[in-house]
Amino acid sequence: MESGIDLQGSAIQLLVDLGVPTPIAKVLWLPLPMALMLVVATVGVLIAVWLERKIAAAVQQRYGPEYAGPLGVLQPIADGLKLLFKEDIIPNLADPWLFTIGPAIVVIPVFLSYLIVPFGQNLVVTDLGIGAFLWISLSSITPIGLLMSGYASNNKYALIGGLRAAAQSISYEIPLALSVLAVIMMSNSLSTIDIVNQQANHGILGWNIWRQPVGFIIFWISALAETERLPFDLPEAEEELVAGYQTEYTGMKFALFYLGSYVNLVLSALLFSVFYLGGWSFPVPVDTLANWLGVSPALPWVQVLTASIGITMVLVKTYLLVFIAILLRWTTPRVRIDQLLNLGWKFLLPVALANLLITAALKLAFPVAFGG
Amino acid sequence: MPNLETRTEPMVLNMGPHHPSMHGVLRLIVTLDGEDVIDCEPVIGYLHRGMEKIAESRTNIAFVPYVSRWDYAAGMFNEAITVNAPERLAGIEVPRRASYIRAIMLELNRIANHLLWLGPFLADVGAQTPFFYIFREREMIYDLWEAATGQRLINNNYFRIGGVAADLPYGWIDKCHDFCDDFEPKVEEYEKLITNNPIFRRRLEGIGTIAREEAINWGLSGPMLRASGVKWDLRKVDSYECYDELDWDIHWATEGDCLARYFVRIGEMRESIKILRQALDNIPGGPYENLEARRIAEGPKSKWNDFEYQFAGKKIAPTFKIPEGEHYVRMESGKGELGVFIQGNDNIFPWRFKIRAADFNNLQILPHILKGAKVADLVAILGSIDVIMGSVDR
Repeated sequence: MESGIDLQGSAIQLLVDLGVPTPIAKVLWLPLPMALMLVVATVGVLIAVWLERKIAAAVQQRYGPEYAGPLGVLQPIADGLKLLFKEDIIPNLADPWLFTIGPAIVVIPVFLSYLIVPFGQNLVVTDLGIGAFLWISLSSITPIGLLMSGYASNNKYALIGGLRAAAQSISYEIPLALSVLAVIMMSNSLSTIDIVNQQANHGILGWNIWRQPVGFIIFWISALAETERLPFDLPEAEEELVAGYQTEYTGMKFALFYLGSYVNLVLSALLFSVFYLGGWSFPVPVDTLANWLGVSPALPWVQVLTASIGITMVLVKTYLLVFIAILLRWTTPRVRIDQLLNLGWKFLLPVALANLLITAALKLAFPVAFGG
Repeated sequence: MPNLETRTEPMVLNMGPHHPSMHGVLRLIVTLDGEDVIDCEPVIGYLHRGMEKIAESRTNIAFVPYVSRWDYAAGMFNEAITVNAPERLAGIEVPRRASYIRAIMLELNRIANHLLWLGPFLADVGAQTPFFYIFREREMIYDLWEAATGQRLINNNYFRIGGVAADLPYGWIDKCHDFCDDFEPKVEEYEKLITNNPIFRRRLEGIGTIAREEAINWGLSGPMLRASGVKWDLRKVDSYECYDELDWDIHWATEGDCLARYFVRIGEMRESIKILRQALDNIPGGPYENLEARRIAEGPKSKWNDFEYQFAGKKIAPTFKIPEGEHYVRMESGKGELGVFIQGNDNIFPWRFKIRAADFNNLQILPHILKGAKVADLVAILGSIDVIMGSVDR
């Protein structure tokens, strides 16, 4: 397996060559990928918001945003700026501290999870050994923030919304974790890089989606529930709870929720493509293609090309999933809270458990195909 | 061992008058136990404008423009019942052509009404998209109205004692035919999108069930009553206007739940198309629009000058006096039995003009079918009742 472009290594080498001591060079490098990831996540959200508006409009036979930039691409920025300039209101009887940290607790874990999202062999902020686990544990911090802001708002709709968010996240985390566990079991690693590499051998046929058909559906349903998208957007069900836990929020605090939910959507789609759709791998392995064409994969320009294809593939897969999520949102009604919990506990959880056990059995029986 | 005990207290939640799904300004004081609804007390009157009192100081002609504000999704029905009341009291005959025009307008309005029910109802269960589809079709109905009456949503001011304000303009009947051809497949489209969606069905099946006896005892009417297994439609029962001359069926269901009410309304939209097509074909004077010109061309002796071909039989004076007497007239609006109890005093103003709004009466049952429902069901059940607060509060 080619390691591809090693930006970190090259950058540090460059700094060392310029006469910077190695430790300082490493420290200098450190914030760069983080800042880059923050930008990538935010831009990803802007694109997702724009897509949401445009696709919703197409579904509903409207034009959608048109005037802010070509095809309305600047509309999300306009939205954000509007929210930035709005008055920040804290309701009289709300708990100002909890009310303020609530949105932060919702948003920070989601952004943190971008640490483990790989765009290529070395195009990842950090290749953590506990990558997938980190994401699952970070995602369970979010409902605390939702409950906190719902409770602190001193508003009954917000309270019910916060409670719903907590109940929903807790019930769907377990099937989500179990379906990811099956993937991890096949990859023998929690690292997102290893999970992709394990799928990279046979092009599109090697992707986990073929080996985990059930797990992939469970993951998708649970991910939709975790990101609170229709048909599972109960915590902010407009027709019942006005806006759920967001009811009392305005300005930037509201924007944080808004941002958080879209970052979470894009993150789920990214991880979905990593876990099930082979991450950055092209449907036909790039190395094989290079061999056919008679070029060495080690050539610098081939490596740049490979990295670009990798990033493109991740983004294509991710936004395909975002597209499906948006379509779902604009075509389905919302489930009821008891139906949601029944689906989570009585259907998804047993199925996910069975899926895990079957994966384990298959791994023992056919170690070649199931990563024994 | 310490005895752990959890104690829960019901939460009183004030939904409305400003709430996204209260269909205007309905206020529900809901007592919740977690997500379960224990009790619900509707509070109405936030949109009361004294329509009955206003009627007492207006002549009929001056009052008709007001009435489309009762039920602003169904202005034509309100106008029709407003003119029907003194018209029947005075025994004024309506030409058959006028009667057909009225029936056409009423059926268009029934479709518009059911469309404006369908969109918000689906939004109530969480699906936003059908709202935009129904507006697409409703616009066409409004275009037709604009051509015939000069106004779109409300204020059509089209019905007059003894007929309608103006004949249909040239080409209108063809356009209305076009609308029928265009709309019928659209109903299929709605059904394809909505009816068999498992989430939609699970949200509505067995929710807000009303038994047959219950429905009758609570004085429900319209689709609410028909969905509970009572085949009762005033168009058949009272045979007003020209409905008897047309071939159509009453749509009804026996389940009595929200889903049944959905099916009844969808069926009624189809049936309205059927009625419309027949009425457009059978209208006296036929598709020959511009009857006025024919009348002039062929002389006063021609059949075009007959009573039956007029759009208004007796052009009443603005000083038309409502004769002494009192009676109750009713008609089947999109929401149910819309009635007016009128008391005449041989005066140009009615002495009493009591409006029986269908949705006001249908809304009464809401707290009684909510027992054991969830918060989400509450919204769905309210949506299935089809209330317009302008009509409830008047």
